[in-house]
Amino acid sequence: MHTNKDQKIILDVKNLHKSFGIKIVHQGVSFQLLDGEILGLFGVSGSGKSVILRSIIGLEKPDSGEITFEDKDLTKLSERELIPIRTKIAFVFQNGALFDSLTVEENLSYPLIEHTQLNSEEIHQRVNTMLELIDMKGSNHLLPAELSGGMQKRAGLARAIIIEPKIILFDEPTAGLDPINTRRFLENIKKLKSKKITGIFVTHDIPSAFEISDRIAILYHGMIYVIDKVEKIKQLKDPLVQSFIRGIEEETQYA
Amino acid sequence: MDSITAVMEQHTKQSFLKRLAGQLGNRILSLMHFAGGFGLLCHRTFKEMFQPPFYFKLVIEQAYNIGVQSFLLVLVTGLATGSVMALQFGYGLSKFGGKLYVPKVVALAILREMGPVFTSLLVAGRIGSGIASEVASMKVTQQIDAIRALGTSPIKKIVIPRLLASLIALPILTLFADYIGLLGALLVSLKDLNINWEYFLTKSLETLRMTDLLTGMAKTIVFAFFISMSACWKGLNTEGGTQGVGNTTTWVVVTSSIFIMVSDFFLTKLFILTVYPKY
Repeated sequence: MHTNKDQKIILDVKNLHKSFGIKIVHQGVSFQLLDGEILGLFGVSGSGKSVILRSIIGLEKPDSGEITFEDKDLTKLSERELIPIRTKIAFVFQNGALFDSLTVEENLSYPLIEHTQLNSEEIHQRVNTMLELIDMKGSNHLLPAELSGGMQKRAGLARAIIIEPKIILFDEPTAGLDPINTRRFLENIKKLKSKKITGIFVTHDIPSAFEISDRIAILYHGMIYVIDKVEKIKQLKDPLVQSFIRGIEEETQYA
Repeated sequence: MDSITAVMEQHTKQSFLKRLAGQLGNRILSLMHFAGGFGLLCHRTFKEMFQPPFYFKLVIEQAYNIGVQSFLLVLVTGLATGSVMALQFGYGLSKFGGKLYVPKVVALAILREMGPVFTSLLVAGRIGSGIASEVASMKVTQQIDAIRALGTSPIKKIVIPRLLASLIALPILTLFADYIGLLGALLVSLKDLNINWEYFLTKSLETLRMTDLLTGMAKTIVFAFFISMSACWKGLNTEGGTQGVGNTTTWVVVTSSIFIMVSDFFLTKLFILTVYPKY
């Protein structure tokens, strides 16, 4: 699949519907993710941004709609069929979601042990390289409980990308971080961006999203309200878009 | 005035009945939810148990943890149970001149009932709660989602190792509890009942058959299955943060204990009808 500007579409989300009981979360979410871009996804709390990411990786099943990746509709795949897909699409959890009984090294080794044929020495080297990339050199033997919140999130990022996925889904990775740790995390993502990674960045942190995203999508009332390049979004006069940009939206008003 | 009071009484009665019906409905729904979810988890567990990859190391780790964590507990309770039973039967039966039946009665009771049931109740409290709180914590901190997102199965990584480990460890612990219980009974018989150890052992071995030991073991396999699977199911379905973890742990201990007591009756009835010798 290609767009008219000949940019390859790597992920195609079509008409996604999802409800939790009587709460309708998505009522026709559609967008495309282009190869090599980072798409920033905004929306007020409870608007279903994370549910989109969870649906893409198969942690939630949408009620209807299609998510096409490598000519497969991910919504139709079984848990077993999703396993190879999950080695190509990585998920960075909001709190890192590190396994608390394993050390940092064991956490980072986990996907390599499960999905590659690397020997223990190669795995150790790969882990060290990754720890260096996220400025956590030497913390191999620490347990997650011994790490700060920012370090846990960075280790979670390292674990997600160590297997070199095609797409990375970031679920509010900078939420709850202080400005220094936020900056550090964004620097890590920028390093990845220089390697032409593709990803979706769900966040409430508008400046961070503008800094690292190529395009921005705004989720509103269960649908994509607008999706465009960062510069064009900034210039839009639409009051909802402007309120998001200025970060003065009243959640109750737009929820 | 009387008519108003009558209407109010009628109204109170109706709302009480409504509440009662609502609570009953909720109970039935949650029971159905448990039965359906538990059945589905069992189905998926058996399906995945025979598909690669296999995590033998995790099974051994879990079996070791369960064994080590429960060893001292089983030792103390086994010894106490056997001793108390010998004491009670000794003094109770001596009134009727039946003190010499103590070895037979105690040995049978320990192997068929006390060993399996007490060990399982202890494991339900110690290990069932441990599994439930661990899995529930993993659920609320998204570690279960992380296992799935990293292309692995929580059934294989969490459920199967704990199930197999329980199925291995509980019968071994019960066997240990049986021996320790008999040892306790023997010591009390020697010290307080003036029954010599040769008589105790001869009469015990005369009475006991392999079926007594095996039926006791069979019970623990049923109990181990329920304890581990219900703990995993409840843990994997935990919601509501740390409070949810606490609720899950309590639920697992209470439900497992009730299951052990109730199912023990039916299993005993089944064994009496099928394998126990007719006297």
